[in-house]
Amino acid sequence: MTKKPVENTVSINGRPVAIEGERNLLEIIRKAGIDLPTFCYHSDLSVYGACRLCLVEIDGRGIVGSCSTPPEPGMKIKTHTEEIREIRKISVELLLANHDNNCPTCYKSNNCQLQRIARQLGVENIRFKQVLDRKPVDTSSPSVTRDPNKCVLCGDCVRVCSEIQEVGAIDFAYRGHQASVLPAFGKDLGEVECVNCGQCTVVCPTGALSPRSEMEEVWKDLMNPDLFVVACVAPAVRVAIGEPFDMDPGTITTGQMAASLKMLGFDQVYDTSFAADLTIFEEGSEFLQRKTKGERLPQFTSCCPGWVKFTEQYYPELLEKLSTCKSPQQMFGSLLKDRLPEMLGIAKEKIRIVSVMPCTAKKYEAKRPEFIHDGIADVDHVIITQELARMIKAAGILFSDLTPESFDMPFGFATGAGVLFGNSGGVTEAVLRFAAEKVTGKPLQSFEFKQVRGESGLREAAISIDGVQLKLAVVSGLKNAKTIAEQVRKGTCEYDIVEVMACPQGCIGGAGQPVSRNPLAKKMRTKGIYDADKMMPLHKSQENIFVADCYAKFLGDVGGDKAHHLLHTHYQSRRRLPDEGMAFFSGNGGQRLKVDVCLGTNCFIRGAQDILNRLLRHAEENKYENMVDIRASFCFEQCEEGPTVKIGTVTLNHATVDNAVQTLSRELEQQLSGESAAIGGCTSCSSCK
Amino acid sequence: MSKATATTKKGDGAAPAVAGKRRVIICAGTGCVSTGALKVYDAFMRELKKKALNFDVILKPESENLHLSRSGCQGFCQMGPLVTIIPDDIFYTKVTADDVEEIVEKTLIKGDVVEWLLYNDPGTKQFCRGTRDIPFYQRQMRYVLKECGLIDPEDLNEYLSRKGYEAAKKAFLSMTPEAVCNEITASGLRGRGGGGFPTGRKWDAARIQPAAKKYVICNGDEGDPGAFMDRSVMEGNPHSVIEGVMIAARAIGADEAYMYVRAEYPLAVKRMYKAVADAEAAGILGSNVFNSGMKMKCVVMEGAGAFVCGEETALIASIEGLRGMPVPKPPFPAQSGLWGKPTVINNVETLAQVPCILLDGAEEYRKIGTPTSPGTKTFALTGHVVNTGLIEVPFGTTLGEIVLNIGGGVTDDQGKMTKDMFKAVQIGGPSGGCLTPDMLDLPLDFDSLRAVGAMVGSGGLVVMNRKTCMVSIARFFMEFTQRESCGKCVLCREGTKQLLSLLDDVIEGRATPATLSLMEQLGRAVQKGSLCGLGKTAPNPVLSTLRYFRHEYESHVNDKHCLTGRCKTLAKPLINAAKCKGCAMCVTVCPVGAITGSKKQPHKLNQEACIKCGACTAKCKFNAIEGI
Repeated sequence: MTKKPVENTVSINGRPVAIEGERNLLEIIRKAGIDLPTFCYHSDLSVYGACRLCLVEIDGRGIVGSCSTPPEPGMKIKTHTEEIREIRKISVELLLANHDNNCPTCYKSNNCQLQRIARQLGVENIRFKQVLDRKPVDTSSPSVTRDPNKCVLCGDCVRVCSEIQEVGAIDFAYRGHQASVLPAFGKDLGEVECVNCGQCTVVCPTGALSPRSEMEEVWKDLMNPDLFVVACVAPAVRVAIGEPFDMDPGTITTGQMAASLKMLGFDQVYDTSFAADLTIFEEGSEFLQRKTKGERLPQFTSCCPGWVKFTEQYYPELLEKLSTCKSPQQMFGSLLKDRLPEMLGIAKEKIRIVSVMPCTAKKYEAKRPEFIHDGIADVDHVIITQELARMIKAAGILFSDLTPESFDMPFGFATGAGVLFGNSGGVTEAVLRFAAEKVTGKPLQSFEFKQVRGESGLREAAISIDGVQLKLAVVSGLKNAKTIAEQVRKGTCEYDIVEVMACPQGCIGGAGQPVSRNPLAKKMRTKGIYDADKMMPLHKSQENIFVADCYAKFLGDVGGDKAHHLLHTHYQSRRRLPDEGMAFFSGNGGQRLKVDVCLGTNCFIRGAQDILNRLLRHAEENKYENMVDIRASFCFEQCEEGPTVKIGTVTLNHATVDNAVQTLSRELEQQLSGESAAIGGCTSCSSCK
Repeated sequence: MSKATATTKKGDGAAPAVAGKRRVIICAGTGCVSTGALKVYDAFMRELKKKALNFDVILKPESENLHLSRSGCQGFCQMGPLVTIIPDDIFYTKVTADDVEEIVEKTLIKGDVVEWLLYNDPGTKQFCRGTRDIPFYQRQMRYVLKECGLIDPEDLNEYLSRKGYEAAKKAFLSMTPEAVCNEITASGLRGRGGGGFPTGRKWDAARIQPAAKKYVICNGDEGDPGAFMDRSVMEGNPHSVIEGVMIAARAIGADEAYMYVRAEYPLAVKRMYKAVADAEAAGILGSNVFNSGMKMKCVVMEGAGAFVCGEETALIASIEGLRGMPVPKPPFPAQSGLWGKPTVINNVETLAQVPCILLDGAEEYRKIGTPTSPGTKTFALTGHVVNTGLIEVPFGTTLGEIVLNIGGGVTDDQGKMTKDMFKAVQIGGPSGGCLTPDMLDLPLDFDSLRAVGAMVGSGGLVVMNRKTCMVSIARFFMEFTQRESCGKCVLCREGTKQLLSLLDDVIEGRATPATLSLMEQLGRAVQKGSLCGLGKTAPNPVLSTLRYFRHEYESHVNDKHCLTGRCKTLAKPLINAAKCKGCAMCVTVCPVGAITGSKKQPHKLNQEACIKCGACTAKCKFNAIEGI
């Protein structure tokens, strides 16, 4: 078997394999039909090299990680030597010895990489002692549950969050066996800058990060005979819900889906694509208005709650450019909660709206205070595609065998444009189908705008409608969104519409969708959505007669008062995490003077710490205990003017130890004289004097 | 800088006829500072001022006949604070502030020697007047440390006066980068940080990279427990390190360097900062190095406190402001290092060798050491040995020479030199391995050490006597690496934790013979499969003690007996009847009445009742109680 090595080939277990631009040995080995196990390798993410499962032996080099070694012609690679098999087994056993092994009750059971790899490698017993230090499970986020006891520290979540989304809400902390993946300062996930996109749960090989489940709440409502439970199903669900039932990604199962929801006990099953059509009326008109006036452009889409929170946190100055439209989910919620009581004669309190979404951030969105009125949420529960599949399985429904049924009318009626919302570029295309006819007043020749379709996370298109040039950007993945947002902030681009979806490829790639090991899954789902559009009888939102009917009977004008009240909203800056600062000196008297010293980096390096210390000492020496509250706070965003100190109503910029102490004394004196005035009554009339 | 210079009036009858410059050097290495060197320095300042008035001595900077200076580590840390007077070559040890008056009076004024402050060689019982009489120094070859302990590390002029920066000048003005690389390659210099990679090859790999921007990093993140070679060089001769960095930069075409100094070395940090500032002020660093038109910038950076940051890729991450975690190689730093630019990382000691090589020439350098490991190596000699401290010897020096001659022999637990007490040497810190009495003739160099499962590492040498339990030693190092693992790769993070837990099983009597084979399997897996050097070498202490002291493990496992008694659970204390004089001291101190016996008769110890507190052993004057 001593063949001469052919040029530009490597030998894998003695068989030649051509190098065809593979970035690393793992790719070429997989191409050769050998599935090496890995936890930490994802082709979209940077190479990490931590799980040590893809080890191979190279003649002359010894054992190396195949994920981090580029192929070189003539390399002789062995993938399954006895030594390597033993190291792999030991690695998995080591992980299992530090893992919460309650597999049957784990969310990821049956879909867990650790389980799968352990079985693949033939790990039959764990030779090592259990060394798991149990840590509390973080359930603070409405979207993602974090169970550190199941973390294998592969870092996939950390990299997806920082490399794909550029959020970086979680990272490694501590060393050695204490190493863990945590949000900053060990806070809970619900308190930090996590945008709830849930992409971390998609890459997590185990149950350490999983979507927060709301199935139990939904079951309870379904079983409650007093409640009228409505399902609203998002467009992207219909092309993925078949996957857990062994169907190919992209298979359109709208009919089975509707049937299964009815079998589960939902009283009405509606299509969120209806609300998407409604969104187009509002958002399309809003755009035409802005374009005519030439203001607040580009108009950013606002359907994606991950993107909305991202903007609130990092680009609050761009919030005014966001469409004021609520997302289809929230429009639907407020419309249904407004209309159904009258239509069905059921009290609002007895109606439950359950969204079925491809998205974990929708869970967060439904709980935003903007969408809860007098304690009643517009949308009561949000379950994701994965949860619906689980509920179908739990009810014993044989999904694949179901006879298709239809959505309920009128809110189950949608056009292809509404369904397009499931794909990245879909909102833009739907807006174009609307705007083009509105502008020209003529029906479109062809309803498809293929210019805005594609796989890239950052696409541009220029479209001419009646001589008016429209420049569009279609973005998915928040890293790409950041690129565009930066350009808009600097004024270096001239887009009219920017569509942003937080998840790569849009909602069909949302974290609520079934986790697929099929590398083509997203592509197939995208095709499914476009096919679904083609199969619909109508393709333009303006053709949705039931939406038009809503306006005629009830909403009034597009963008009018009623529509505005129900269908639009405003978001706020979240540049700072909600933080109370650090109280150093807290009096217990009634009226206390509030003193805040900024200890942000800029103020700190300009001496804010000295000012704080001096103020504390001053308060102590002068026995102001019950008169002042002194706190360190973090950043008043007046960094150029620092150190900044707020004493009562006075804001001191460029504060010094002296003027801070003087101001404190003066303000306290004023407060005291104010108080004595209150006690002693009037000081200005002659008798008092 | 507080430097006192004083002159005595010429022809002063009271002063001894001492011609030329005299110099009092007080070692101000960390060891001596911790034992009071700065107080000694102050006392000298006071005393000199007082006596100068008496003897009409004028304090006068510039023209200096008597010069008081603080040096870097002189190596003999155990005997500190050290005071050297040159040119008289008088070497005083364990000097306190109270002794200063006498030194000034007798030695500086009268020219006499204060004998009782001299080093008394325990072997010959002779007083040694100067360092050249002391075996600890006699048998060393101080090459990198040549100036450490002589010059004032905070005075650039002193460095310049000893051919300082001449090698860098040569490299910048009369050599091409290629020539510099070739010279270093020809010298056979190998990295002193642990791996022993040929320095010249590393430089060449970075040199041939076409990038416009390149970096040199000096790795001064010495984190091995018990090692202080790099610290001593940085504290004692910081300019030699900067000069090495400059030459490396010239060799690869870099104009910027980072000096990554362990933050827990405050004195080294301070001296590196000062040295860089002084070199900048003197125009040695800056925009026009030696008027060559070339730029050179040095940035001192304090380490982030993690052992793993000594690993080159983790160190780079740390400089970039990221968490100190290693990344897989390739790409090697020479291809893509700091901020993605070609980067050479060398250890402090490696860089400090470079100026010497350039001045002496590769050929001369190769005459030192062995053919495959040329040059010298510094070691931090600690543990159960008479002379502890910093030593430098040519590669190829035998273990016996270091332990028995330079180290002065192995001691018992009380620090007394005792024959036949030698059990092992742990070399190379937590990544290294054990050497045994069979290996006293083993020449210490990269390759022979690797052959016996150990490594030069950064150069820690911990000598252990027969009272040391090798399982406990393995546990000590394993606990260290376990704690310091960055937590990135599974084998290192979880493997070291499990190795530690298996060692605990052995130490606490829970182990079975299967424990030992599992330890070996796991150790080998961690060694072969880990991501970085820290992980790959982490099991070494366990594997090497298992290899050379398996019987000790076996007695822990099979007999549930720790022969040294260090593992309390497995200690089986026993009174050696031959040594016991029946004084009953142990009977009185035993808190549980476990020892019985009548006077002048050998006593008996009841192992069942014994709580292994060790009170009896501390009291027994005849070392009759064994096994604890």
